[in-house]
Amino acid sequence: MLWIAQRATAALLALCVAVHLATMIVVVRGGLTATEILGRTRGSVGWAAFYGLFVLAVAVHAPIGLRTVAGEWLQWRGRGADACCAIIGVLMLALGWRAVAAVTI
Amino acid sequence: MSPTTWRGRDHPAYWASIVHRISGILLALFLPLHFLALGTALSGAASLDGFLAWTDRPWVKASEIALVALLAAHLTGGLRLLLVEFVGWRRESQGMLLAVAGGAAAFCALAFALNLF
Amino acid sequence: MESSLQVDVWRGGAQGAYRRYQVPRQDAQTVLDVVTWIQRRLDPTLAYRFACRVGMCGSCAMTVNGRARWSCRTHVAKVAQDNRLTIAPLAKLPIVRDLVTDMREFFDKWARAKGQFSPTTTRHDDFARIAPASAARKEIDAAIECIGCGICYASCDVVAWNPAYLGPAALNRAWTLVNDSRDGDRSARLAAVAGDAGCHACHTQSTCTERCPKLLSPTASIAGLKRATARAVLKGEL
Repeated sequence: MLWIAQRATAALLALCVAVHLATMIVVVRGGLTATEILGRTRGSVGWAAFYGLFVLAVAVHAPIGLRTVAGEWLQWRGRGADACCAIIGVLMLALGWRAVAAVTI
Repeated sequence: MSPTTWRGRDHPAYWASIVHRISGILLALFLPLHFLALGTALSGAASLDGFLAWTDRPWVKASEIALVALLAAHLTGGLRLLLVEFVGWRRESQGMLLAVAGGAAAFCALAFALNLF
Repeated sequence: MESSLQVDVWRGGAQGAYRRYQVPRQDAQTVLDVVTWIQRRLDPTLAYRFACRVGMCGSCAMTVNGRARWSCRTHVAKVAQDNRLTIAPLAKLPIVRDLVTDMREFFDKWARAKGQFSPTTTRHDDFARIAPASAARKEIDAAIECIGCGICYASCDVVAWNPAYLGPAALNRAWTLVNDSRDGDRSARLAAVAGDAGCHACHTQSTCTERCPKLLSPTASIAGLKRATARAVLKGEL
């Protein structure tokens, strides 16, 4: 069920985010240039796999959370709300994987 | 006038849940922008550099620090929730978990901010 | 004690207003004493509930200075700042009149959460043997003292945000039954407490646990239900 999916992706994201945060804190020294970024990520199967998985987890985790917020704060529930959140998930997946491709290929 | 102007907002766990929700919403809103920005690299490094040059503004840098804080807060708050739900901490050890979560989030934001300049 | 209290009491239904009364302060005075004084000496039309007046029945639950409390166990000295009190009916429930709320939805949700015991044996069977020190019994003992006063329900944001949410009390009671080996309705109960209106709607705000006068932790019980339902789903039982 949705709750299990959200907690499972949460656990996975805890690891991904920890890595991402640590990387950003270490790597962003007075700003970051495209060359610096792409120098690390271009052609890297490791980063592609890591960020590919990261994006997938986010695309599952975030819409489930947004669905709850929509139900509780906007009082929007039912098939329409579920469909909208699913679409958001698909969009995040598409944009996210496109971004991963952009920096690793 | 409503009789229920009540004050349930007086204990730390309440604010933790609100912070967790707000940070989640803001992060979800920010993420597409992040993906689009990185996607500019599809047109080559110069295009990404062009975007990064745009981000060289004080308000953008401030927002980046805020975003790091939000991400760290959402992460630490989420870990606390996972502990409470799966390990079953009773009464959440007098808010110690919350203090740890808050401290870790602040540390991340500070570390990022200091590295930025 | 020569001072007097300025007490604002909600009068009316959902549409209404606070009315101000002056009540003399006394030693060891409780909020219930204040409300009773108003009804007997100043305004006999004031409607309010109480029964035992000693903190056993939970009937006197109302909102005092913004927080849900038992009026009989709330000492004026502890809550009245500058000799002022604001008394309102319990939140999140329809108001019948003044300080009296309609508790039907609270108890209906208790039933919907399958908060009632389903027996599996008859008088002709032997007694059930439950070890008091067993893990399951300890879980039950920690949550069993609920008297259904409604304070947790009135203190929960999710109850306000999600009209179908069963609420902390109903879920807490369901948890005690889920742990009861004598009960025969486990799967139906787990199904009843799962989902958007059940335990999964709890965001661990824990105001219920903060406010419970019996010092129970519905938050912990609901977390237990989350684990139990997840386990059932993964085992294919739900």
